[in-house]
Amino acid sequence: MQTILRGTSGEVVIDTNGPVVIIGESINPTRRRKLVSTLTEGNFEYLLELAETQIRAGADVLDVNVGFPGVDDEKLLPLAVSAIQQRFHIPLCLDSPNPRAIEAALKAVNGKALINSVNGEEKSLAALLPVAREYGAAIIGLCMDDDGITHDPLKRLSIAEKIIERAMLAGIGREDVIIDPLAMAVSADTGACLVTLSTIKLIRERLGQNITLGASNISFGLPGRETLNEVFTAMAVQCGLTCPIANPEKVTAAVRAADLVLGRDDFAMRFVDYYQSRQAQDAQ
Amino acid sequence: MNDILLQIGLCVESGKINKASPYPPAMKDREGADELTRMAIEGGTSPDAILEEALIPAMARVGEKFSRKEIYVPQMLMSAKAMNSAMAHLKPFFQSGETKRKGKFIVGTVAGDLHDIGKNLVAMMIEGGGWEVIDLGVDVGTEKFMNALDANPGAVVGLSALLTTTMENMKKTVSALKEKHSGVRILIGGAPVTQDYCDKIGADFYSPDPQGAVNYLKQLAS
Repeated sequence: MQTILRGTSGEVVIDTNGPVVIIGESINPTRRRKLVSTLTEGNFEYLLELAETQIRAGADVLDVNVGFPGVDDEKLLPLAVSAIQQRFHIPLCLDSPNPRAIEAALKAVNGKALINSVNGEEKSLAALLPVAREYGAAIIGLCMDDDGITHDPLKRLSIAEKIIERAMLAGIGREDVIIDPLAMAVSADTGACLVTLSTIKLIRERLGQNITLGASNISFGLPGRETLNEVFTAMAVQCGLTCPIANPEKVTAAVRAADLVLGRDDFAMRFVDYYQSRQAQDAQ
Repeated sequence: MNDILLQIGLCVESGKINKASPYPPAMKDREGADELTRMAIEGGTSPDAILEEALIPAMARVGEKFSRKEIYVPQMLMSAKAMNSAMAHLKPFFQSGETKRKGKFIVGTVAGDLHDIGKNLVAMMIEGGGWEVIDLGVDVGTEKFMNALDANPGAVVGLSALLTTTMENMKKTVSALKEKHSGVRILIGGAPVTQDYCDKIGADFYSPDPQGAVNYLKQLAS
């Protein structure tokens, strides 16, 4: 199955047979106070800097979240989208819990964006599916619903099924629903990552969808966070993760390695290129 | 201090729950916080002494080590489990009023936010500081906080938020609680929260780590 996203030029194909597509997570005010202070002043330079750094590091798509207290993200998200698209051509992933901000941003988007995110709650489905349909966007479907978060992979699977069914009823193509099976911190529950991996396998085998994951927080509260994130990402890729939302500066090496190990990187071109371009950047 | 209190404290600090628990491996087959607390009570040690001289100082040491990044979340959770196994023996004395807690602490993650780890760490550290904790869970709206505060007037309230997009809900909850209960003390925390934001929304205290919250409550109770 292929999900196709478009920026201002060209397209990014997320294919269930790989290679992995990286959605850069760094344009997000949580833990990035400088983004809050610069955006509050109406200054987009730091946001554009984050976009450029991530693209250089291997991001194929950029997540854009500009929600923080005191800001009207219905106004700010479209402005951020336009600012990024004036300079960079890659597709965007619009990230807000506010459906009106998503809709306002979709009006500003050039290309085919991804919505982050819809979940199985009735309120969420009703607010976002018609909007996704109207603007021709793809959606991320989060495996939680009105009952909150379940730790049972089969229940997460059934929420994914429900989101896909409802999306199709709303006129959205099945391939335009990317499932997020949820990833929780393994420090608080050492079974948490296994639940995620099992869910990924189930979704891959039974539904065949593309799969995303906010994978950086599984290591919260532990030492060796980068190692944990890399190992988990590689294992998740083998199970069927196709487009993680992560920091490309940290995750790209592991992703390229996983693709190579899984036989999806002819002549190891992408893997080697990653290291050669890093050498070239270091030499500058 | 008598030896058994030192041992209970050590079990809590090391996360040794009971004899059956294999963790930590160095304490395998030894009595844990569970058995030692029962033995202490049976031997005539006062529940007050167990709380004040063993559990509270042990959890404070755990909190300080966590603040200094010497230990990590799983180790704190083990300590909390050991503490709970000891606290279970003190419950009858709390209920009868023979042993008093410092006060009540209502805690929850604000509306729209499902992150519970930070909130749980704060809840367990404050329980380990001798307070009765009323944990409302995650995605807690203003009304639920209000009902809990109405039912427990004088309680201190703690709000957690992990996303910049949900911390706005702290403001609404703080204003509503302060309007009805003007004397209520509210503390806030979570990754995106700052002292500046705390001041702006009229909350009383911000701490970047759980031990800061414990210290603030200690100061309130004294």
